[in-house]
Amino acid sequence: MAENFEPRIVGFFCNWCSYRAADLAGSSRTQYAANVRIVRLMCSGRVDPAFIMKSLAMGADGVLVAGCHPGECHYLEQNYKAMRRVALLKHTIKHLGIDPKRVRLLWASAAEGPQLAAAVDEMVGEIKELGPLEWPKTWQDSKATPEALEAIAKEHAEVMEVRG
Amino acid sequence: MSKGKLAIYWAASCGGCEIAVLSINEKILDVVGAFDLVFCPCVVDGKVSDIEAMEDGEIDVCLFNGGIRTSENEYMAHLLRKKSKALIAFGACSGRGGIPGLANSTTVEKIFKEVYHDGPSTENPDGVQPKPHSTYEGCELHLPVIYDRLRALDQVTNVDYYLPGCPPEAPRIWDAIRAIVSGALPPPGAVIGAPASLCDECERKRDEKRIKRFYRTWEIIPDEETCLLEQGLLCNGVATRMGCGALCPQVNQPCIGCYGPAEGVKDTGARMISALASVIDSRDPEEIDRIIEEGIPDPVGTFYRFGLPTGLMRGGAGEPVNTERGDG
Repeated sequence: MAENFEPRIVGFFCNWCSYRAADLAGSSRTQYAANVRIVRLMCSGRVDPAFIMKSLAMGADGVLVAGCHPGECHYLEQNYKAMRRVALLKHTIKHLGIDPKRVRLLWASAAEGPQLAAAVDEMVGEIKELGPLEWPKTWQDSKATPEALEAIAKEHAEVMEVRG
Repeated sequence: MSKGKLAIYWAASCGGCEIAVLSINEKILDVVGAFDLVFCPCVVDGKVSDIEAMEDGEIDVCLFNGGIRTSENEYMAHLLRKKSKALIAFGACSGRGGIPGLANSTTVEKIFKEVYHDGPSTENPDGVQPKPHSTYEGCELHLPVIYDRLRALDQVTNVDYYLPGCPPEAPRIWDAIRAIVSGALPPPGAVIGAPASLCDECERKRDEKRIKRFYRTWEIIPDEETCLLEQGLLCNGVATRMGCGALCPQVNQPCIGCYGPAEGVKDTGARMISALASVIDSRDPEEIDRIIEEGIPDPVGTFYRFGLPTGLMRGGAGEPVNTERGDG
């Protein structure tokens, strides 16, 4: 598994800087890992922590949130909000048993295509080292519940027989 | 008119929900006037076999409290579902997982190790711990199987209504009983109560929230009129459903979230993270980390105290039976 493991990473990129950086990386034919599935949002401040949690809970191995550099937000200071949200979220998932390195916040201006590509490569490498998260599988019940239930029903039937 | 049949059952719970039913005081006489209490292991003698012998749907209303932790809990959930017309998830545990649901942040093996072997007050030289099957003087004995994790009632079977709270407050219980008796029930799957967040019924003054640090409740005596979150206390009111009358904030204690998420909140943790991120007054990553590390030592216990099994991260794995929560 670990040999051919290709991480699935969900990317939430802001419309004004990071998404354009990804565009630039593409149009200038910069080679970088193809593991990030990008979702374009208007701002990194639009990223509800629930988006990140849901991504991980549904099988993503990592989440990359990318926005404009601090001080350059199209909506004044929403990227600062993203900064605090991601910090709080990483703190929370750490306590839930997920390595906080699986969530990364990245600043990339519209001119930083190569930097974005390098950061994606770096993150993919890091998550390859961590291995698959497989969060949905982690929380499947391993106990055979039907057998246990049948056992109770059988026992009750026996008791009823004794009582007549 | 013949009397209806009422059942009250406890699964993985503390018994507080039964006491909450009694806290409607003299109105309990009206309940007994309208219903025969056919099953309630906490206060009246009754046998599971009597329930098993009933016709399907013979019980009119079942108030089911407690989460599903063992095979016995699950068996009773299926049984009471089959025998009841209306199955109500009563209280935080059956509705969202509740306090016992916090155990989902660890494993059964670790819990057993702590409880039966390593606990500071544990005296167990023979290393005895409960097993589903054992023999004693030639007799075979059975215990229910403990599951890997705790599930809310709707992760096991279909639930008609939810009555949140730890425990549900008397006026809301009375509202629910009145609705049942009069037949004026909300659509199935609904939470009986108000949709908005606790802040809507909290009378504290709200202004601008800018916080340089969070305080634990024992670290400060908060001013009695200002919003507790503004004073740096981790109040879960913003993410929590109203209905209790803001009892805790009234006595200078922050909301701990026992009424579960307000309408539209998918995950209390995500909502609290959003809210707190807006409140922290810093733009410096290191300072932000320090404020968080020092101020919120236990984020899971703080944000998911009453609903870890149904949160996005820990409930996501077990497919809920009810579709309403399926997209969460």
